[in-house]
Amino acid sequence: MSPAHAPGVFTGGANVIAAAILLAEFGMFRQALVRDQVRLYAAQSGLISVLAVIVGAVHHLPELYVLAAVSAALKVVVIPLVLRRLLWGNRPPGAGTEAGDIAGSGGLSLAATVLVAIAVAAFGFFAAGALPVPGGAAPAIALSVSVAVVLVAFVLMIHRRDVISQAIGLFSLENGISLAALVVAASLPLILEVALLFDLLVAVIVFGLLIRIHHGRAESLSTTELTSLRG
Amino acid sequence: MTIAVIALLCVPACAGIACLWLPGRIAGLVSAASGIASFALVIALIPGASHRDLSWLGFARVDALSVVFLLATAFLYACVAVYSIGYLNTATGHGGPAGRRYTRRFWAGLNLFAWSMLAAPLMGNLALLWVAIEVTTIVSALLVALEGTEGAAEAAWKYVLLASAGLAIALLGTIFAYYAGARVLGPGYNLAFGPLLTVAARLPHTAIRLAFVLAVLGFGTKVGLFPVHTWLPDAHSEAPTPVSALLSGSLLAVSFYAILRFYQLAQAALGPRFPRDVLLVFGVASLLLAALYLLDQRDYKRLLAYSSVEHMGILAIGVSFGAPIALAGVLLHVLAHAAAKGNAFMGAGVLVRKFGSKRISAVTGGLDLLPWSGPLFLAAILALSAMPPFGIFRSEFEIVTGGLATSGNAVTAILVVLVTIAFFGLSVATNTMLLTPRRQPRLDSRLQAPGTPVLARGEPSAWMVVPVVIGLAALLVLGLHPPADLTGLMGRAVAALRGIA
Repeated sequence: MSPAHAPGVFTGGANVIAAAILLAEFGMFRQALVRDQVRLYAAQSGLISVLAVIVGAVHHLPELYVLAAVSAALKVVVIPLVLRRLLWGNRPPGAGTEAGDIAGSGGLSLAATVLVAIAVAAFGFFAAGALPVPGGAAPAIALSVSVAVVLVAFVLMIHRRDVISQAIGLFSLENGISLAALVVAASLPLILEVALLFDLLVAVIVFGLLIRIHHGRAESLSTTELTSLRG
Repeated sequence: MTIAVIALLCVPACAGIACLWLPGRIAGLVSAASGIASFALVIALIPGASHRDLSWLGFARVDALSVVFLLATAFLYACVAVYSIGYLNTATGHGGPAGRRYTRRFWAGLNLFAWSMLAAPLMGNLALLWVAIEVTTIVSALLVALEGTEGAAEAAWKYVLLASAGLAIALLGTIFAYYAGARVLGPGYNLAFGPLLTVAARLPHTAIRLAFVLAVLGFGTKVGLFPVHTWLPDAHSEAPTPVSALLSGSLLAVSFYAILRFYQLAQAALGPRFPRDVLLVFGVASLLLAALYLLDQRDYKRLLAYSSVEHMGILAIGVSFGAPIALAGVLLHVLAHAAAKGNAFMGAGVLVRKFGSKRISAVTGGLDLLPWSGPLFLAAILALSAMPPFGIFRSEFEIVTGGLATSGNAVTAILVVLVTIAFFGLSVATNTMLLTPRRQPRLDSRLQAPGTPVLARGEPSAWMVVPVVIGLAALLVLGLHPPADLTGLMGRAVAALRGIA
């Protein structure tokens, strides 16, 4: 953070956005419908782009505008659309809820898992806060929040019992890493950032293909049947 | 040199794209040609890389260390491409359009998979290295799912989810490496590896420490280090067998290469103690787990998969010893393990074709029924168990020697004991498969027990024997008398790993 450019307002704004990203991650626990999880993912990705624009404006890094635009185009528009197509095909949006729409969860109850997630997030937040990694482009608290987002995304992936929610958990994990990258590596060359984003897109398509294969074989999106390989 | 590097980046990619349209038989020949050409190109890189580090166009960089890993990958690519011709020819139930689609996807996937693994060691930039390794995950996950069975779908899902989550952690490590580099080299820094290593002594310690641990954990997911190895036995057992050979012999090694790059960085910035301790913990845990799991396996492809975890643990322990002879052993081990594990999986593929099952109990009398592949599989297992005169004996001997010289006797003794347990597990299973006589009724008997099909003596395909013979020859050369060029190359790579190049 650089007080010469923006004392207070920038730091506060960046922290609020980082906290909102973490809240969106927790929100994904709450959403029973896979469709709403995709929406939350899009919203979370949008927040990342907003933060990129703010950091770019304050630190005069014009390539961050491009990054924000590409990131928003991919993560707010393209990836949710791809996921939607894979999920519901050409079904009209108001066609009602089916069994496959509801995210499966198991093991611990939702409340217990959220408690675990809060504990894990607090651990990540304070552990990262204790690290002497000073003076990134965004306030250091955002780095702590990003570590919390990554850890909560892991809890989300473990908690969920259907392939799409697990995939969304993974993509939101990647969002947490984007947040960390904005804090400590804001000036990372654009070409590399775009390569990373493109890679994410390819990964999403492959995830989609595998989800389809799984759906075609098992007639469900649940992972509870994926237990034959052990030992 | 420049041409060789560009060709290495183009040939497998072009072959893979061409295979999307070519009919199966021609696609096989194109892939085999591409594999052999890639291996020849890597050999052409050896003389240059033995003397200096080379970089091109700001993103490609070749030094002795990367050429060692390129050699392992390209050798196995060539062998597996030839082998796959026989493997697909002997497939049953692959006629018709579904079979043609399978063949097309197999060849395209195999070439693109090899391309991504050859590209990774050529990248002179940590971000591009990460991208290349992520591409290997994506391509190989599709190959694992190729068989279309429920087991394959499950294995592919676990693999892609765990490996991507692991690589996300590795990306976090890469970002911390960038942060450290940008502190010293200024904001225009682009994660190129060479400049980072030259200023390593001035890098902030906390960031490098974080980067190293996150990279070991993240890339370690793909190496198959405990406790993030859980995808590995599933993927190796459910993938088409030629793909299993590449996964085990090349993919794990290429991911280990990424860890070695971060090791170089951490060693130069923090001194040798910290990175070695981290690798030692992961290595011993992986070796212990694999040795115990090897004792009780019912599926021989899973058996070989756990053997891969074992060997990756040995690599990590070898690096943690840090003595020059141990590091030379590690690099030799990468090459010898690629040849030996490739051979073992290719032999397993013959067993799958012959006996129609992956269960150890379904296979008996292998030595009688398979005049070539039986003895070759036995030789591959003995090579994997570090029997002389094969390459792994030499490499493990060097690692143990280095361990006794530097790290004290306790760790080295643990290494030797665990390797012996692993040998025991492997040899018991191989014994029942190959040496137990097969009780099969005569062909004309009507009293034939249901479930034991009558098998005639003979090989399924000559294509599936020749590459294994070549692999065995390579193992013997590595074990008895490695060529002088290779020794020179590895000497330079060892110097780079010790940070004195």
